[in-house]
Amino acid sequence: MSEIIIENLSRRRFLQGSAGLTLGFCLPVMAAGAAGKSGVVAASPASFEPNAFLRIGADNSVTVMSKHLEMGQGTYTGLATILADELDADWAQVRVEGAAADAKRYNNTFWGPAQGTGGSTAMANSWDQMRKAGASGRAMLVSAAAKRWQVGAAEIVVRDGVVSHAGSGRKASFGELALDAANEAVPTEVKLKDPKEFRLIGKQAKRKDSAAKTNGTAQFTQDVFLPGMLVAVVAHPPQFGATVQSFDASKAKAIKGVVDVVQIPQGVAVLASDTWSAKKGRDALSVTWDDSKAFKLGSDEILVKYKEMAKKPGLVAANKGDTAKTFAGAAKVVSASFDFPYLAHAAMEPMNCVVHLKADSCEVWNGEQFQTVDQGRVAALFGLKPEQVKLNMLYAGGSFGRRACTQSDYVLEAAHIVKAINGRAPVKLVWLREDDMRGGYYRPLFHHALEAALDGSGQLVGWHHRLVGQSIIAGSPFEAMLVKDGIDHVSVEGASNLPYAIPNLLVDLHTPTDIGVPVLWWRSVGSSHTAYSTEVFLDQVAAAMGKDPVALRLELLTEHPKHAGVLKLAADKANWGTPLKAAAGERRGRGVAVHESFKSFVAQVAEVTVKKDGSIKVDRVVCAVDCGTAINPDNIRSQVEGAVGFALSAALHGEITLKGGRVEQGNFDTYPPLRIAEMPKIEVHIVPSTGAPTGIGEPGVPPLAPAVANAIAAATGKFLHRMPFNTAELVA
Amino acid sequence: MIKLTINGKVHQLDVAPDTPLLWALRDSLQMTGTKYGCGQGLCGACTVHVDGKPVRACSTPVSAVVGHKIRTIETVDAERVGKVVQEAWRKLDVVQCGYCQSGQIMSAVALLSQNRKPSDADIDTAMAGNLCRCATYVRIRAAIHEAAKALA
Repeated sequence: MSEIIIENLSRRRFLQGSAGLTLGFCLPVMAAGAAGKSGVVAASPASFEPNAFLRIGADNSVTVMSKHLEMGQGTYTGLATILADELDADWAQVRVEGAAADAKRYNNTFWGPAQGTGGSTAMANSWDQMRKAGASGRAMLVSAAAKRWQVGAAEIVVRDGVVSHAGSGRKASFGELALDAANEAVPTEVKLKDPKEFRLIGKQAKRKDSAAKTNGTAQFTQDVFLPGMLVAVVAHPPQFGATVQSFDASKAKAIKGVVDVVQIPQGVAVLASDTWSAKKGRDALSVTWDDSKAFKLGSDEILVKYKEMAKKPGLVAANKGDTAKTFAGAAKVVSASFDFPYLAHAAMEPMNCVVHLKADSCEVWNGEQFQTVDQGRVAALFGLKPEQVKLNMLYAGGSFGRRACTQSDYVLEAAHIVKAINGRAPVKLVWLREDDMRGGYYRPLFHHALEAALDGSGQLVGWHHRLVGQSIIAGSPFEAMLVKDGIDHVSVEGASNLPYAIPNLLVDLHTPTDIGVPVLWWRSVGSSHTAYSTEVFLDQVAAAMGKDPVALRLELLTEHPKHAGVLKLAADKANWGTPLKAAAGERRGRGVAVHESFKSFVAQVAEVTVKKDGSIKVDRVVCAVDCGTAINPDNIRSQVEGAVGFALSAALHGEITLKGGRVEQGNFDTYPPLRIAEMPKIEVHIVPSTGAPTGIGEPGVPPLAPAVANAIAAATGKFLHRMPFNTAELVA
Repeated sequence: MIKLTINGKVHQLDVAPDTPLLWALRDSLQMTGTKYGCGQGLCGACTVHVDGKPVRACSTPVSAVVGHKIRTIETVDAERVGKVVQEAWRKLDVVQCGYCQSGQIMSAVALLSQNRKPSDADIDTAMAGNLCRCATYVRIRAAIHEAAKALA
């Protein structure tokens, strides 16, 4: 097929344009693999390279290159919507391809010289970039048409994929102009649309991946087959930090289909012609583990330790006024503590990766979320340069943060297996569900202690929030960017920036460093626990003050109109303040929470029924969202619906526990995600906005659990202080 | 050799009789629409039809389905109910990550083949075995009702 690439704008201009957002940090793996490459690109004129997001085929196809992973959040559709709108393409002619791993062209503009997807940044960091990419493509098509038709460019109209000139009656498709357009100069300045002119943004552009994901043709890593490929299933140590002492592979090797058994740093890998043979081989292995360096505590013991740490002051993350004096002089002090478990991401597609080592290069197939980090690490392992490692970004069957592993765990595991067999065959590493569940990189276990001071007139004048939990960022490539003065920003986000107008506020943090459980961001990261403790505790304070939870929040949100805006909208749509009917023997309640995360604002009102036996049914959740310009309103609704279900899953069921360092859960029987009968009715209301778009993949998660807990408290008078909820406390 | 009838075609497979149907489909035939999620019949990502009934392929040995008619997501649109369900899924943009959706659709088609007007309670029962970690359940429910309307 004859295709041309319209090269859009230089990287240099993008970096200049986004200098305020470009956070300087250096990736150690990159620095090791390619000295001088990271960090200096922006300043060097030699790096004046084209940025390619758009390809228009002579067949009239418009292909948008997505630099971000599609893991369900709708990024392929969202990025294409932005570009196609400025290009004035017809939505039906637009398709999306995963971009190559190339931090020069495809870096996340919020992350400096690193490519990756996360922090609900895909739309926000790409907004200007994709608009300019589309607009410059449009300008080049117009220039080509103007030349061909000998008319003024200003007289040419582009609409729904057709370029036309009213005066001469000429018109052409993009495909007919593509080859000419390729010879046009890339414009240095492009005029972007006024939001009033948007034809796709803010409308109902349908998902681009619906067809492939409903007929079985969507390609996930699990679906990759290469000639001569072996499938690897690995025996992993039963505790974090344990290693292989010895193993006997004789029984495994006797199984038909098993080709080889190799030791790798992560355990013992069985390679077979197919997955079932590899699994049988793995199960037939006899491995003796060296647990001398293993982490052996249970989660109960970790929590006891954290509670002890919480008795002493931690490092100060936020400090305003004089909390010591305020609490000493308080008329009333309200206090509570909260416990949060380790949580597995438990994406439906367990982690997996395909690696093919060639003579002087390497090719990887993966639901690739963290290109620059993974590429650097794989390259270092094989002694290659990062650009010699080609990453194929496939659809990910969920991630929720897991595929952006700070340590590239499963990607490196696959690469180590290939190294152990000297690259003689491409290898697909398949984690079985139990490998995935016990593979670590969990949302960290946290303990929070809060107290609030009321003065003699009953006003909330002091707030003290102490958190204890492992750092996600320490030891990761993001450490220089996100850990300041010993405070991991993501440990306290949502707590240290409490929006409420309380004159005296102290937030302090303990970060234990001797816990050997690997931890990672889990959809909404710090806000997955801080929203719960702050919003449930505020309702507890409201109860002590005799105030309505919505009214108190609005009183305290005078400086934060966006919080107040979504709160009012959700309360209004949920008929806050009107009575709820309960059936005989049942208790019902309505609860609210509001939280900012990833620069978006979400309020939720939950309606909950509590039965005599303490069991809970969340009947309805009304959500209000302010995420700037709504690129795809239906996708925003879809993400918030999903976030409600994901968060409710954690509130009702989610818990990874350790005993003697061993993870007790293994599959969906012991770590049960939410099922359809538990799903509430959901309404999503979007605040109209012409502001730059902000995140939506994660921000729907944080307010849900506290809204439900506050509804339970409204129904029963009982505030729940641990997740998952202990319904035994609610027996009537 | 094991002889299986899948999507109307007969396949001869050189696999052990205890091999789960899931891995025979995926690894022997590269019919990858049917997904692995748990290996224990807990998540439904591997749901296929055996003689029209939903079955978890991950915990069904190939020896148990010899002589039976197996249908997978790849040809679910060969019959009207399957086609209508797929269309409803697309109309409502049900999918997110998409990994569980083959299984969801196979369960929904089996439901609607038996019950042309399912209630919410019928849907909860029929779909109870299909997990969706993206929690697309609101739209799964709506799409089943949408398909039921189209089939009426």
